[in-house]
Amino acid sequence: MLCEICNKTEATVHLTEIINDKVTKLHLCEECARKKGSEMEEHFGLSDLLAGLADLGTTIEPEVMETIKCNSCGFTYQDFKKVGRLGCGECYESFKKHLAPLLKRIHGTDRHVGKVPLMVGKTVKDMRSLQELKMRMEKAIQAEEFEEAARLRDKIRELEKKDKTKES
Amino acid sequence: MTIDDFLKQDSEWLRGTGPSSNIVLSSRTRLARNLDKIPFSNWANRKQLEDILISAKDAVQGSNFLKDSMFIRLKDVSEVDRLFLVERHLMSPEHAKDVEYKALIVDPREIVSIMVNEEDHLRIQVMQSGLNMRESWRIIDEIDTDLSKKLPFAYSAKWGYLTACPTNTGTGLRGSVMIHLPALVFAGQISKVLEAIAKLGLNIRGLYGEGTEAIGNIFQISNQVSMGMSEEDIIDNIERIVNQIISREDATRKAILTKNREALIDRISRAYGTLKSAHIITSNETVALLSAIRLGVDLGVVKNLDRRMVNELFILTQPAHLQKLEGKVLNANERDIKRADLIRERLKVS
Repeated sequence: MLCEICNKTEATVHLTEIINDKVTKLHLCEECARKKGSEMEEHFGLSDLLAGLADLGTTIEPEVMETIKCNSCGFTYQDFKKVGRLGCGECYESFKKHLAPLLKRIHGTDRHVGKVPLMVGKTVKDMRSLQELKMRMEKAIQAEEFEEAARLRDKIRELEKKDKTKES
Repeated sequence: MTIDDFLKQDSEWLRGTGPSSNIVLSSRTRLARNLDKIPFSNWANRKQLEDILISAKDAVQGSNFLKDSMFIRLKDVSEVDRLFLVERHLMSPEHAKDVEYKALIVDPREIVSIMVNEEDHLRIQVMQSGLNMRESWRIIDEIDTDLSKKLPFAYSAKWGYLTACPTNTGTGLRGSVMIHLPALVFAGQISKVLEAIAKLGLNIRGLYGEGTEAIGNIFQISNQVSMGMSEEDIIDNIERIVNQIISREDATRKAILTKNREALIDRISRAYGTLKSAHIITSNETVALLSAIRLGVDLGVVKNLDRRMVNELFILTQPAHLQKLEGKVLNANERDIKRADLIRERLKVS
């Protein structure tokens, strides 16, 4: 039997393809089978899976998407969709709108709660407790525990003041 | 110290010591880290890649664990050497490709290794024998802190450590346990276990081969998610679930030994017989047979071998290890013959 693609070489690879429940049997020579195989790999790589995910959760038109570029390294969101990897740390900020839903989809959350590196440690810890205080205040207000809310508000002001003096 | 010296010592993951080492081969943690303000390795220019190599080489001097470490510029070593390092689980197979700006830092005991310029600037890895995730985390945490004194890492208050692939963002932590589950496979219960693990937020895959038909019955279990949980919780979660799998495997081993003793001994003895008499043997067949022998040793069915010797055969029969032992490049057929020679030799002595 000759290969069904090139019709030249003896078919030694017998492939069963199932597309939408339709079963097709292919008889191919080794070279054509290899080409076919790499085609399939391209279809099912990790980057494609990620890229597929990257499309979800965004409602931006494809033309607009192409022009979203990282301010720092020049990587585009289109690049990310192709390779499934980002260009640099700043890309996270540049692609925030699209990455936040993607990270949520991957991890079930888009908020880090683990280790803080030494060099940024102090300010980040302050920021985190600030966010926490704000959340607790909201809860206190909803529960109509106004005394507790006021106490938290004072604490938040204190932290914010500390933050400002540090900046100036 | 050179790469060749590793040949004379046991790889940490095959040392065969530590808690539950009859079932768990090794525990590993890995942290992905990137230098702030520099593009990730796949997008950085040559100058930046060189700078990363220099910064990494300099920074490891500040860590007690890495004072005597080797810095291996991968373009300066042979292909066989690179594969050798992959086989010893000191680096990923990806790290052995396109090596121009890649390096591996490894401590002389092979517990700590750092891949420089893999997809992230640094991939730090700490390996421990047996089930010892917490100790592995303790060491890697300290190394990471040491390095962060010299290297500013890319980090965001909201998203944590920033990595090239969003699947690693957050803690950048991947913990994995290498586990030998021959009884669960033998009893046909492994697919149930695999399903359960996937539901608990962990990944499982075969160390050799794919999916459920893992060659050698060795599986790798790791966390799926790296964000939204603290490092300690990720580690605890893996240890807890792995402990349950261990007791399941243990119970199944005992059950087979009482109910299906002859079938089990038959399988182990046949494996032993094949290894002792084969003259041509592939790497896959070797791994599969060694798995049976290891079970035999664990259960006391095979008495004249110890776990360490079996483990040693696991690694020495790998392609690059064989070529290092022979001191020359061998093609697949030559390797299959040399492999059989080596195994017969080793099993005769015992």
